Amino acid sequence: MWRPTPIALAHLRLGITIALCGTILVVVTILIGSRVNEYYYLAAYTILQYVVLGTAWNILGGYAGYVNFGTAGFFAVGCYISIVLNRLFQSPLFLDMVAAAATAGLMGLGTGYLTLRLRGVFFSIATLALAIVLQTIITNWSFVGGGRGVYVIRPEISGVFDSYAHFLVTLMIGLATCAVLVAWAVEKSWIGIGLAAIRDNEMAAETCGVPSLRLKLIAATTSGALMGMAGASFPYYVSYVDPATAFNLAIAVNSIAMPLIGGTATWWGPVVGAIILGSVQQTLTVTISSAANLFLVGVLLVVFLTAAPRGVVGIVRASKRGRK
Amino acid sequence: MSATILAVAGVSKQFDGFAALTDVDLAVCKGERVGLIGPNGSGKSTLVNCFTGIVRPDSGSITFDGADITRTPAWLRAQRGLVRTYQIPRPFPSMTLQENIEVPLRFAAGHTLASMISDEAQVILDQVGLIDKAGLSPKGLTQVELRKLELGRAVAARPKMLIADEAMAGLADSEVDEILALLLRLNGQGISIILIEHIMRAVLMFAQRIVVLVAGCKIADGLSDDVMRQDEVERAYLGE
Repeated sequence: MWRPTPIALAHLRLGITIALCGTILVVVTILIGSRVNEYYYLAAYTILQYVVLGTAWNILGGYAGYVNFGTAGFFAVGCYISIVLNRLFQSPLFLDMVAAAATAGLMGLGTGYLTLRLRGVFFSIATLALAIVLQTIITNWSFVGGGRGVYVIRPEISGVFDSYAHFLVTLMIGLATCAVLVAWAVEKSWIGIGLAAIRDNEMAAETCGVPSLRLKLIAATTSGALMGMAGASFPYYVSYVDPATAFNLAIAVNSIAMPLIGGTATWWGPVVGAIILGSVQQTLTVTISSAANLFLVGVLLVVFLTAAPRGVVGIVRASKRGRK
Repeated sequence: MSATILAVAGVSKQFDGFAALTDVDLAVCKGERVGLIGPNGSGKSTLVNCFTGIVRPDSGSITFDGADITRTPAWLRAQRGLVRTYQIPRPFPSMTLQENIEVPLRFAAGHTLASMISDEAQVILDQVGLIDKAGLSPKGLTQVELRKLELGRAVAARPKMLIADEAMAGLADSEVDEILALLLRLNGQGISIILIEHIMRAVLMFAQRIVVLVAGCKIADGLSDDVMRQDEVERAYLGE
């Protein structure tokens, strides 16, 4: 006899809430239109982009415990897929995003297949190497601008959007919502339970019947696809892309730092981390200097790893337990 | 005698030139209780690792429940009912005891309904005497409780055969009896059990048959009393 457990119902309600919040944010953003300074849209875009990247990283890094150092590689692949498609036949951004997701997802699957059989650091080193190899290839590929970089012309925008920045930020809210929904679905499903078992003790997980390689590959593919999608709209955001920007170290570092600061065990940790770290970085960029960014990441990481190793999620949980 | 459930033929394994197992043959019948003994380093754990897919043998074949599983991955063997516990308990520390039990129920036993999984986990926790701690983390458990959790997780995989790798090492006499009683109960439900153990009292009480491994070779295999009377076994295992 099937009866939905209270837990299953609570999970479902949570998913609907996430979707609703995303929808409301999209509508509100459309309504605000050009009533705020465009700078805020640009700042919000960066933060949202990191919500996607942090969430994507966490699916493999947080849930399964496999640290990916190559987020920038997956992000840049999405970015350059977009550039190639734009140069070939001025494809719509939506199509770029689908192609970027497919390519970066396959890249996650391939890297995973080659390295996830091995445990621990091998995967991390391979992802780092992957990003470097890709950057070298792109730097020497003149069709996408090579090392000089390439300009991307933003298409005309119409309808409910007041500017291209307005359109991009709305798009990114949608993508961030999708990414969070995917992470939430993975976490609460049998995949998430299996990944948690793998993270806790991979050998014991296998003994309990968990097909670890298969689950890790699902996680690597999903994670890579989301990172690629986040990259697809980046050329239109900056309108000039060179390898140094697309493969920037800060992308990889931030994508690890944000989930660690927010908390890696749940879907909302990376969201909180990205909003906190992203906002502070944006503020610092305007008030002090953009060079202070990475310094700040370092300081915050040290503070959190020593004082609150489970991130904001851990602090909230501890205070809840304390109240009981 | 009833049908064979596990059959091992000519299994050998070398680690960097060191012969951990040499040409081991072994057959276990359905519902049988076998004790596997041998001095430290005699290859018991390697043999179990070959059974359960943690280690691939260099040669030989392993048949379980009518199918050749020599090249089958570990998780699939668990799903088919060949389940083990680890000598050093390997709990999932980020989960509660209840959730620990739910992992094999979901993945090895193949249950899909959350409500059913949760109910069955309760039954198993009750069976191994950990029901009071269902909502706790394994971090605070004592050694004997960890062993019970390890056994509970194995039971949750709905095994046809259970291999208990030194499930009693380091436990007090009364605790050994507790674990033994639990294993006998499981055997009563039709599960074949291989017990690897140094505590001879436990092995002699539990096993119908004893297999002795010395330096990677099987030197004796037979009814407990007969095996223990063999000179060779006495020399190799119990000392001169």
